[in-house]
Amino acid sequence: MTVTELVSYEDALATYEPVMGLEVHVELGTKTKMFCGCSTALGAEPNSQTCPTCLGMPGSLPVVNAVGVESAVKIGLALHCEIAEWCRFARKNYFYPDMPKNFQTSQYDEPIAFNGYLDVQLEDGEVFRVEIERAHMEEDTGKSTHVGGATGRIHGASHSLLDYNRAGIPLIEIVTKPIVGAGERAPEVAKAYVAELRELIKALGVSEARMEMGQMRCDVNLSLRPKGAEKFGTRSETKNVNSLRSVERAARFEIQRHAAVLGAGGTILQETRHFHEEDGSTTSGRIKEEAEDYRYFPEPDLVPVAPSREWVEELRAGLPELPRVRRNRLREEWGISEHEMQSVLNAGVIDLITATIEAGADAASARKWWMGELARRANEEGIDPTALPITPAQVARVAALVAEGALNDKLARQVIEGVLAGEGDPDAVVDKRGLKVVSDEGALGTAVDEAIAGNPAIADKIRGGKVAAAGALVGAVMKATRGQADAARVRELILERLGVTE
Amino acid sequence: MPGTTDLTKLTAAETAARIASGEVTAVQVTEAHLDRIAAVDEKVHAFLHVDREGALAQARAVDDKRARGEKLGPLAGVPLALKDIFTTKGVPTTVGSKILEGWIPPYDATLTQRLKAADVVILGKTNMDEFAMGSSTENSAYGPTGNPWDLTRIPGGSGGGSSAALASYQAPLAIGTDTGGSIRQPAAVTGTVGVKPTYGAVSRYGMVAFSSSLDQGGPCARTVLDAALLHEAIAGHDPLDSTSIDAPVPSVVAAAREGDVAGLRIGVVKEFSGEGYQAGVMQRFNESVELLRELGAEVVEVSCPSFDRALAAYYLIAPSECSSNLARFDAMRYGLRVGDDGTRSAEDVTALTREAGFGDEVKRRIMLGTYALSSGYYDAYYGSAQKVRTLIARDFERAFASVDVLISPTTPTTAFPIGERADDPLAMYLADLCTIPSNLAGNAAMSLPCGLAPEDGLPVGLQIIAPAMADDRLYRVGAAVEAAFVDRWGHHLLEEAPAL
Repeated sequence: MTVTELVSYEDALATYEPVMGLEVHVELGTKTKMFCGCSTALGAEPNSQTCPTCLGMPGSLPVVNAVGVESAVKIGLALHCEIAEWCRFARKNYFYPDMPKNFQTSQYDEPIAFNGYLDVQLEDGEVFRVEIERAHMEEDTGKSTHVGGATGRIHGASHSLLDYNRAGIPLIEIVTKPIVGAGERAPEVAKAYVAELRELIKALGVSEARMEMGQMRCDVNLSLRPKGAEKFGTRSETKNVNSLRSVERAARFEIQRHAAVLGAGGTILQETRHFHEEDGSTTSGRIKEEAEDYRYFPEPDLVPVAPSREWVEELRAGLPELPRVRRNRLREEWGISEHEMQSVLNAGVIDLITATIEAGADAASARKWWMGELARRANEEGIDPTALPITPAQVARVAALVAEGALNDKLARQVIEGVLAGEGDPDAVVDKRGLKVVSDEGALGTAVDEAIAGNPAIADKIRGGKVAAAGALVGAVMKATRGQADAARVRELILERLGVTE
Repeated sequence: MPGTTDLTKLTAAETAARIASGEVTAVQVTEAHLDRIAAVDEKVHAFLHVDREGALAQARAVDDKRARGEKLGPLAGVPLALKDIFTTKGVPTTVGSKILEGWIPPYDATLTQRLKAADVVILGKTNMDEFAMGSSTENSAYGPTGNPWDLTRIPGGSGGGSSAALASYQAPLAIGTDTGGSIRQPAAVTGTVGVKPTYGAVSRYGMVAFSSSLDQGGPCARTVLDAALLHEAIAGHDPLDSTSIDAPVPSVVAAAREGDVAGLRIGVVKEFSGEGYQAGVMQRFNESVELLRELGAEVVEVSCPSFDRALAAYYLIAPSECSSNLARFDAMRYGLRVGDDGTRSAEDVTALTREAGFGDEVKRRIMLGTYALSSGYYDAYYGSAQKVRTLIARDFERAFASVDVLISPTTPTTAFPIGERADDPLAMYLADLCTIPSNLAGNAAMSLPCGLAPEDGLPVGLQIIAPAMADDRLYRVGAAVEAAFVDRWGHHLLEEAPAL
């Protein structure tokens, strides 16, 4: 393998304009496979979720999963696509041991959805429109495990194991039109597109779209053309780039690699490339000297799919608010910046904050708890914030207790800790742990007097006008009351006792 | 009361009636047929696998049901010969190919399930051209089948095992599949009845695919009524077959019992005559036309000009689909595996297995189809063939606008000698000239005997063609013709066949 001397990103972009095409495969979250009744649940014993149809046994036939078609139409509509009035499946013929029929049932020149777009928002708020070529339905293949080799690839393996549980799981392939005009932001656009698409798929409820589980996989096609040129350059196809960060890195790497090859007077081979997580590089896969001939023809075992206009409109009417629109609306309602919203998005707590607000909390406190204490806990335990054993309603109750002065922040954190520890609802934790702000003026007055008597030097400073020194006395009182006092009131009492005003 | 030897001569309807009345038991009937198979099938070679134990178990179950006073279906206890293209759970299914030698399917075809549900006793699996590709059963990897009228001649194909089983009284009922004539042409050359129902009438689930858009399973019998009874047992919507018709099955049994052509308009397809048609075949066909007139039908000539291109279109569409359908036979999951000695790659093992496992005709069609679907050739071949298909469907539409059914000879010649056309694929393909248009258009058609050709004394078939979903018309016309001929001859044609 020759190591390519990369050109710096800035130099590459000074000479060339990148053109990208992104192909994303989404595994639908249907209960059963695309063409048979087998379960799609992950993690089952190999080959335990198979039947004559998904094993391609002689005589078996496919039947289309209606929920799969509905999901495809929803995705198409959410991507502002036209929905075919009549379309067919097609057979894509090629041999591979993990493909039971040695053809993949897919769609060819009659995709269910076509001609759409997705507006994606970059981190600074700039909106970039990505045009969608098509979205079509197909089935996944089985999974090969090559055993005995060093790399896990087939080369050097002694034998291979085949698991057909994945064979026949519904996939939607979403293909963009060439993405031009993104310039130096191309890698960022690629990442934002995949991120936005993932949010969209999740919002539609058609898949969990977890990239780390292979439920969403991205191929990054990239070419460069000299700035100002019309004609596209030769593209490389980087396969199975399976995280948002990797999408950005793969695009960036390929821009630098292409620029290096072209700059040295070389030509880009039309080939597939493998992406390497460790260092963000790509290496050559298989060369596509001529287009592979898949001998597509309409699948004769399946009748055409003809979604009625009424049904399509019904689905359109039932679409949820698109994630970007919703995010912008919430950002305005919550009164936060693009940057803060991005942090909320990254933390994966938008829905939790929304639910907490719906349960009665104000936006600032809902965001404060989920972005602060709770995000930290989730992070520590390595789980999704949604998996924390506390509900938005419980968080809203804590916020309410703080708002009415029954708890201060410190106590509130203890209440949350109690809820997370399974001690019950916030009110139950408050009772059990005896957590409440000390507001008995007599008890507080005694504590304040003791603090002043115990710290005469500080008291003198305050008397002398150094109001800022009051903090130390407040701390002493809070310590004496085990944090249960209302700090603001304590401060008032101290200043009152010492005859100082602010 | 007849002796057991006579039980094999009964029709399915008579057999069922005698079992229902208790005159004979299903076990007696089954044993009689198993004995007949044991006696003659060494000569005929209709069966690839006889499921003696399974058949007797089914027969005993029928007798038990009757003993318990349960109501029996119209074909309960009647034996049947099943073409070896339908999967049978636990019973070998080879499709006449070495590549599936030893494969025991883990599931029943929908048709198999329906036969079992109707208490039809499945005697075994019948011989066929490999993957249903052929018109003589000579392409079977397990050796040819003889025509009971003359064992040196072909019994038709691909369903030659089923037609020969009927004609040699090894079973009163059989199942065939018809992609280009594989039910009708064997029926014609053996003096039996065969029906290709409307495409989608009989589920294809569990029927090993040759050409998905053309394949259709259907009933084979010795009488029109028996075929109708079997038709109703196997037809009907199947949610496991996307192309299955979701509508009530036409009342074919009632139509077969009616048997009347008075007042019907019947079209003679002009294109199915002339050069290549045997004189004796045309003579019997013309007599059938006269007979229909005598029975009160109006017979007119109809032209279907696109039918001349049907054969060419068929030999692009069928191989194209088969090249894809047969790709799954790769030695990975089931069937034959050759050369897996631990040193060869999966690709090599697949290649060696296919080389050893597929016969010449299958390889020929896979190559033709692969070529026809190739990029750059698709439009000229597969695309054009689909256009011809549309033209043929339009010809039928136009014809059926003015007539109720069409008729023609089923096949241009009587049974030819085994080996005569084996090395001449084009001559072999001509046997399906008259049957192919109905497969391309998806409508229904029947073949029934209309006499013996004077020059060779061999059966001639009359083809009746009905519009899609009007399968009942086949039976109405077929039953009338059959009754008139039986009346004229004094017996069923098959009774003239020589003893084996």
